[in-house]
Amino acid sequence: MSLQPSFLLDGREVPFEPGQTVLQAALAADRYIPHLCYHPEFTPHGSCKVCTAKVDGRMMAACTTPAASTIEVESDTQELNDLRRTLVQMLFAEGNHFCPSCEKSGDCGLQALGYDLGVMTAGFRHLFPDRPVDASHPEILLDFNRCILCELCVRAAREVDGKHVFSLAGRGLGKHLIVNAESGRLVDTDVKVTDKAVEVCPVGAILRKRVGFATPIGERRFDRAPISAQALADAPRPLERS
Amino acid sequence: MSDAAAEAVSDSAPRRLRVATTSLAGCFGCHTSFLDIDERLFALLERVEFDRSPLTDIKHCGHCDIGIVEGGICNAENVRVLREFRANCKILVAMGACAVTGGLPAQRNHLDLGQCLQEVYLTEPSVGQGLIPNDPELPLPLDKVHPLHEVVKVDYFIPGCPPSGDAIWKFLTDLIEGRTPRLGHGLISYD
Repeated sequence: MSLQPSFLLDGREVPFEPGQTVLQAALAADRYIPHLCYHPEFTPHGSCKVCTAKVDGRMMAACTTPAASTIEVESDTQELNDLRRTLVQMLFAEGNHFCPSCEKSGDCGLQALGYDLGVMTAGFRHLFPDRPVDASHPEILLDFNRCILCELCVRAAREVDGKHVFSLAGRGLGKHLIVNAESGRLVDTDVKVTDKAVEVCPVGAILRKRVGFATPIGERRFDRAPISAQALADAPRPLERS
Repeated sequence: MSDAAAEAVSDSAPRRLRVATTSLAGCFGCHTSFLDIDERLFALLERVEFDRSPLTDIKHCGHCDIGIVEGGICNAENVRVLREFRANCKILVAMGACAVTGGLPAQRNHLDLGQCLQEVYLTEPSVGQGLIPNDPELPLPLDKVHPLHEVVKVDYFIPGCPPSGDAIWKFLTDLIEGRTPRLGHGLISYD
């Protein structure tokens, strides 16, 4: 008899270690829950809500809900996947996500999630916001049009690079990414092109310059396999280490 | 063949679906991609016949089962044609990035239209002859470019710039066979 505690996810047992969240335990057990702002290397953030699951009947972000042996989780249901699809649609309608001109296309987490959830249209009225790009840095392009406010760059700069480069400012629809410089320009921050914060951007908001098409369109990460088939490969496996 | 005999023949085979297509604020890339279904066009023509389309050069859309629209809405003429399609087609399909999202033409949406026209025709070196075109035959541009679903109800969307011939084929065969069209991995694409 196993001493490993577990919870039920869509009727099947998922073992977990104390301290793991529902999403971490699920991914470690090869069970996919769609997610966007979660990254296995950083503190869960719970902001995009794509990983929302029903925990004992209540809507909870799976990435921040602690795993517990008493809970029962529903995730892969029509209701929840419809809600996830709507969240992704709203992100597409809110920013300027013009995939045909984006060099991140094929490597983009938002796009891949849209493909996987079958998002055929944003559905809502596109806002077409006016967001000038910041091309001031010689090695890094900052394109606010594509920012989805996941705060992965904020978390990576703080937790890995040990810097305070990025932050979010404003509230509601006015919320936006800012950089830590009096001029407001990326070139005047201490960001380096080798920083984790630059690498981790899931969309085309923070891009290394001059490498955009080193891997041709059609041979990129999510061209090879859908995001649901690859998220599991990214998950740390604490169960195997113990 | 007498009319009665022709009717008898058409009774034995399933009625061919009537399909109209058009390109509004698009580049005809989606229609070109549509032709990339290559020899499958022959199989398609056993199931459909074309009404208004660049392929037939019919100028107005009659009663149709399926209307396929490429391109977004950037001027008054686009609105008129789109409404004609919606009024005449049982199923309306937005084909390609411009029809689905506004696409490339919508990249002007954060600019002022008057300033755009001034720059293109008056202040910058261009083909213009120092005046903004104002011929009554020219459709008036809209202030903003819109995806189709912001103007009429759209039943289905095929994203992609352009959608591949394979994606268009999968979509059409699903629809014609009465299945809910589904583009899986490799066929659904936004770029």
